Amino acid sequence: MARELLEGNMAMAEAAIRAGVQAYFGYPITPQTELLEWMAKRMPELGRAFVQAESEVAAINMVYGAACTGVRVMSSSSSPGVSLMMEGLSYIAGTELPVVLIDVVRGGPGLGNIAPSQGDYNQIVHGGGHGDYHPIVLAPASVQEAVDLVVLAFDLAEKYRSIVVVLADGNIGQMMEPVELPEMQPVERPIPDWAVRGCEGRGRRVLSSIYIKPEEEEVTNLRLLQRWQTVQDNEIRYREYFMDDAEIVVLGYGTAGRIAFSAVRQARAEGIPVGLFRPVSLSPYPYAQVKAIAQRAKAMLVVEMNTGQMLDDVLRAVEGKVPVEFYGRLGGVVPYPDEILDEIRRIARGPISIGVDPRQAWMKRLSQLIMN
Amino acid sequence: MTDATVQVVYSRPKALTDTPTTYCPGCTHGVAHRLIAEVLDEMGIVGKTIGVAPVGCSVFAYNFFECDFVEAAHGRAPAMATGIKRVLPDRIVFTYQGDGDLASIGMAEIMHASARGENITVIFINNAIYGMTGGQMAPTTLPGQKTTSSPLGRDVEQAGFPVRMAEVLATMEGTGYSVRRSLHDPKNVRLAKKAIRTAFEVQKRGLGFSIVELLSTCPTNWGMTPVEALKWVEEHMLPVFPLGDYKVSPAVAEIKI
Ligand SMILES: Cc1ncc(C[n+]2csc(CCOP(=O)(O)OP(=O)(O)O)c2C)c(N)n1
Repeated sequence: MARELLEGNMAMAEAAIRAGVQAYFGYPITPQTELLEWMAKRMPELGRAFVQAESEVAAINMVYGAACTGVRVMSSSSSPGVSLMMEGLSYIAGTELPVVLIDVVRGGPGLGNIAPSQGDYNQIVHGGGHGDYHPIVLAPASVQEAVDLVVLAFDLAEKYRSIVVVLADGNIGQMMEPVELPEMQPVERPIPDWAVRGCEGRGRRVLSSIYIKPEEEEVTNLRLLQRWQTVQDNEIRYREYFMDDAEIVVLGYGTAGRIAFSAVRQARAEGIPVGLFRPVSLSPYPYAQVKAIAQRAKAMLVVEMNTGQMLDDVLRAVEGKVPVEFYGRLGGVVPYPDEILDEIRRIARGPISIGVDPRQAWMKRLSQLIMN
Repeated sequence: MTDATVQVVYSRPKALTDTPTTYCPGCTHGVAHRLIAEVLDEMGIVGKTIGVAPVGCSVFAYNFFECDFVEAAHGRAPAMATGIKRVLPDRIVFTYQGDGDLASIGMAEIMHASARGENITVIFINNAIYGMTGGQMAPTTLPGQKTTSSPLGRDVEQAGFPVRMAEVLATMEGTGYSVRRSLHDPKNVRLAKKAIRTAFEVQKRGLGFSIVELLSTCPTNWGMTPVEALKWVEEHMLPVFPLGDYKVSPAVAEIKI
């Protein structure tokens, strides 16, 4: 299939359409709006449902209703809008419905700004709505990968009756790159046996997140956890670059991972034995792989566009076996490859010691950098 | 007496399940449920209907109806109904909502469902109080009415005025049918049923958003006997919430039942 030049938001929208999304509900917010606009044009011309909701609260509850009918449904938004969706996401999780959400993260907290950020890692990967559940979270580092992950998201959502979040950032959403779009899949798909569509010819069905008896909610929570363990066993995804002989390993996801890749390539050209590990599934997180890296690497560098939210997951996997350093830019500031290259060089010059809090050390360095 | 002389004059509608009620004695939620069920039976649409239950005393509405049901978050039933109806436009989708659910936390969702002319039916139970959470002030609580969160009576200077949703929603172009009825005596119950039937007919014909507001009782949280509560509706609620047809679009006026 021919490659075409597309903006990330539009490419993700078209990918969802080709994956057979039958209903889209959203609300405008930068840097995600082009996705909604693409849907506004394409969905009606294909005879599919599109509604610009009155708020993200309404949008996610429309998604909730549409998901009950057993078809492929989605929404998209950016940080403040996703905060508003947390109630609905929790209900969707509690009702065990397949739903895809694209979150094009921007700088925060609060109104923040509209620049690319990874500040919502914890909100999406570890937090979210109330109650005990896990969404699947996938982080693309290019427009092509965003397209591929959107298609995968629908498959995983259906397979595990789960929420799947494609966690992008303003960079992925708004940059243009050549992409190969997937084939158009049919929207007519088998309707699952739990879907609510009117009880003609069968017994009535109820879809709900209510389990008023704690004993029944406990069973439900346990079922969710068991399903989650299956997800953990089967859906870990990551990419490795120059890892075979790497003594220093850089870890980063999404845009930060991609920028780190440029730095790693330059460092390799300088003869530094450095590699890149880029988690693609942030939830489930590749703990075992990071743990294995910690057994053989001499040092690790975590790069993020936040204050070290994934860093905590890395430290948990590393268990102090190897020195870990951190480099982050904040609030919508995107690091340059040179900044990361300098970090790699500094680590290559060594020695860095175990036991130093990587976040504390980085804060000192960053303060010096940005106060100048 | 021989069998031939036995005549069934009253029985449970087919659209209601054989489930003991969970509502308090004297509460009119049960009456409203029955009227909806009778209408579903008469129209023969149980198999095509999807109900959306609210958060409130009727959170378990899905236990009582023979049709498919989903359970919404507090106030979000119109949004959830929108999602269902947009995917399945040939099904009948209705929400069943209390006054806290519809006129407080869910105000945005109900207004915009109406603004979009969403082809759904809303049965709105106005009992002037939050029943489920134990009798707090609702957006429909009357001026001076005592509740657990307006213990001295609703002070309009502090807590504002009751919201009249049938009138408000009648101002919206997307609304085809907006009326208020009451469940406080047999005559009004009959009128309420006719309105519910009309509202479902509006949806069946694709004539836009339809809502029936039903004045209802909450003897438990009002601190009254069921009979006193019915009288209280008549004496105190009717003056604040006048019964009437607030919007019947010309196309809806043509419907003959
Ligand atoms: C987001 C959220 N806020 C608050 C509640 C608690 N709550 C449950 S029912 C209810 C009030 C329901 O009152 P109403 O809609 O008037 O229905 P009724 O119980 O009187 O039938 C509230 C506040 C909730 N479940 N969810």
